[in-house]
Amino acid sequence: MSSEEFVPLSLTPLLIGTFAAVACALPGNFLVLRKQALIGDAISHVVLPGIVVAFLLTGAISTWPMMLGAAGAAIVAVVLIEAIRRLGQIEPGAAMGVVFTTMFAAGVLLLEQTDTSTVHLDVEHALYGNLESLIWLDATGWSSLWDLEALAGLPSELSRIALTLIGVILFTWLFWRPLKISTFDEGFARTIGIRTGALGMALVITAAIAAVAAFDAVGSIIVIAMFICPPAAARMMTNRLETQIICSVVFAITSAVAGYVLAGYGPLWLGGADAVSAAGMIATISGLILALTAMFGPCRARVGVQNSS
Amino acid sequence: MLWDALSLQLGYNATLVAIGATLLGVSAGVTGTFLFLRKRALVSDAISHATLPGVCLAFMVLVALGGDGRNLPGLLAGSAISAWVGLLCMNWLTRHTRLAEDAAIGAVLSVFFGFGIVLLTVIQTMGVGRQAGLEGFLLGSTAGMLWADALIIAIGGAATLLLVVLIRRPMTMVAFDPDYAAARGLPVHRIDLAMMGLVMAVTVVGLKIVGLILIVALLIIPPVTARFWSERSDRVVLLAGLAGGLAGYVGAAFSASAPNLPTGPIIVLVSFVFFALSLFFAPVRGVLAAVLRHLQFQQRVHIRQGLLALAQDQKIYEPLTLRLLRRAGLVRADGVATDPGKARAAKALRDEKRWEVVRSDQAHEATAALYDGLRDIDTVLTQDQIAEIDRRIGGPQEVPS
Repeated sequence: MSSEEFVPLSLTPLLIGTFAAVACALPGNFLVLRKQALIGDAISHVVLPGIVVAFLLTGAISTWPMMLGAAGAAIVAVVLIEAIRRLGQIEPGAAMGVVFTTMFAAGVLLLEQTDTSTVHLDVEHALYGNLESLIWLDATGWSSLWDLEALAGLPSELSRIALTLIGVILFTWLFWRPLKISTFDEGFARTIGIRTGALGMALVITAAIAAVAAFDAVGSIIVIAMFICPPAAARMMTNRLETQIICSVVFAITSAVAGYVLAGYGPLWLGGADAVSAAGMIATISGLILALTAMFGPCRARVGVQNSS
Repeated sequence: MLWDALSLQLGYNATLVAIGATLLGVSAGVTGTFLFLRKRALVSDAISHATLPGVCLAFMVLVALGGDGRNLPGLLAGSAISAWVGLLCMNWLTRHTRLAEDAAIGAVLSVFFGFGIVLLTVIQTMGVGRQAGLEGFLLGSTAGMLWADALIIAIGGAATLLLVVLIRRPMTMVAFDPDYAAARGLPVHRIDLAMMGLVMAVTVVGLKIVGLILIVALLIIPPVTARFWSERSDRVVLLAGLAGGLAGYVGAAFSASAPNLPTGPIIVLVSFVFFALSLFFAPVRGVLAAVLRHLQFQQRVHIRQGLLALAQDQKIYEPLTLRLLRRAGLVRADGVATDPGKARAAKALRDEKRWEVVRSDQAHEATAALYDGLRDIDTVLTQDQIAEIDRRIGGPQEVPS
């Protein structure tokens, strides 16, 4: 494929997919280690009512109200889960299940009740996103990267997800030591003066921001897959957190690039005519990576538990 | 209109959907209870999402064989197979790798669902033209439900219920104490798989009505609701079935009564209403009951402290204590004790003295452990014992001023 085609059609979706994957995989590492992996799942479900409510209030598909709505819904969900867990003395998994299914159902109902036929807002879009449509029409080739006029036509999703990624990296870098200590030994973290409750909340909020930004660009299915699969696969490869995070980033980038390429060109190689869903393919590739590491990874076994029991 | 719907007078389709949803609600509630008691409620999320690739593959196979791609038994069989594969993957990940169950659930859920979406887009580009309705499995679609579809749901639901009745005892034991069950020689791992198999059956049966994303709600919310009302597992199972069935029935009727009310989400929201009502108003475990218990406790503490203060001629400044004492007729408006107030105060002080004796006496160690500053001593000791203690204290004395 020549650069005249590659840059406008594939470069931006590839970058957006990669950034979204890495932005989700970074907090995902800590969530998986803290056994909170399903928070990504819950957040990506509850985002729907938030977006629909934002649409109802503003009457238009505009980015910032929708992001705010999604973030608001995520916060409402976290608060509700905590409240139900404490007030009803219900185990966290079930409380989460009650809240996110109800909010998702409310979102679907609101969507059906409103006339959204004129705008591009439906459940399928929320689930698989529209990665393929995020093209850069102003580009003519690699030289456009230095062309300010063409750069202005970049899809706004790209800058948003890039900003989010920078934010997530900053959060991980700044809070590296407390995060690491409180993830592995919460009691010790408290004794040396780390406020573990606030830190855990900050981690969840960072994850929610990453989820909402990625959701906006690539749909909820990648969000769930990238929160869990690359970190889980990296966990099979090493016992060191630093190596695990590097591995997970590599896996996330691999899934995003390979998934996008396979979805776009795979059917053509097989003689098909049309591309398949890139979001679905990225999730599938990350699952394949996880399957491979689960079968052959050097640290796949649960050694510590067997020794201690 | 709603009444017509509730009494099944809105026509053939609405009636079919209402009956199907009720049966589905009952079997989902009953099955979900065991999952909830086993603390694995979110496993249902992985199972339900893992049905999607099976549905798509079954559709492709059916079309390739020249049949109608929307043949419901074929699609359900496909979904059951892929859900089972997903379940085995999840089990393998938790048993043979270091991943915790939540990570395994999330991995299976997202990967199977993503693969399903890939297949869905493949089907869309196959150009068969009859794929309309396959997306209906995501959120359920009851519009074109046929008699045969309803029959499948009814038979599936009934078969699931029967199986639950047959293996409820081992499932209950595994849910409460897997180690004990293993010590008794029960095959815990296989019982767990059977439990998951039942959940899978409910999921597959429910695909048509509520869709694969919302079936999770029917498996989780009714058991959580029922748990508020009873501490006995058999009653929780029955109540969960009742709550699920009722939610299915009311939800289906409600969604038939007006346009643009999709059945699946309405059923979920109705069952959430039941949950919210239980959360607040259930006896013992409900929030309202807890608040009332707290207020009652507060009242007892205040009255007790007030009486002790009266007995020792101390002035009471706490407004709540004064108000409570006044309402009980123990003090007058100016804070001076009435005759019954004086009697109760003397008794409270004497009881406190008796407790003091009990707590300093090794022989009463077990009783002393019950002391919390509120308990009446005659509820824990016999008259003879109290008389013995009183002898040690001696007769009534003047309170030193």
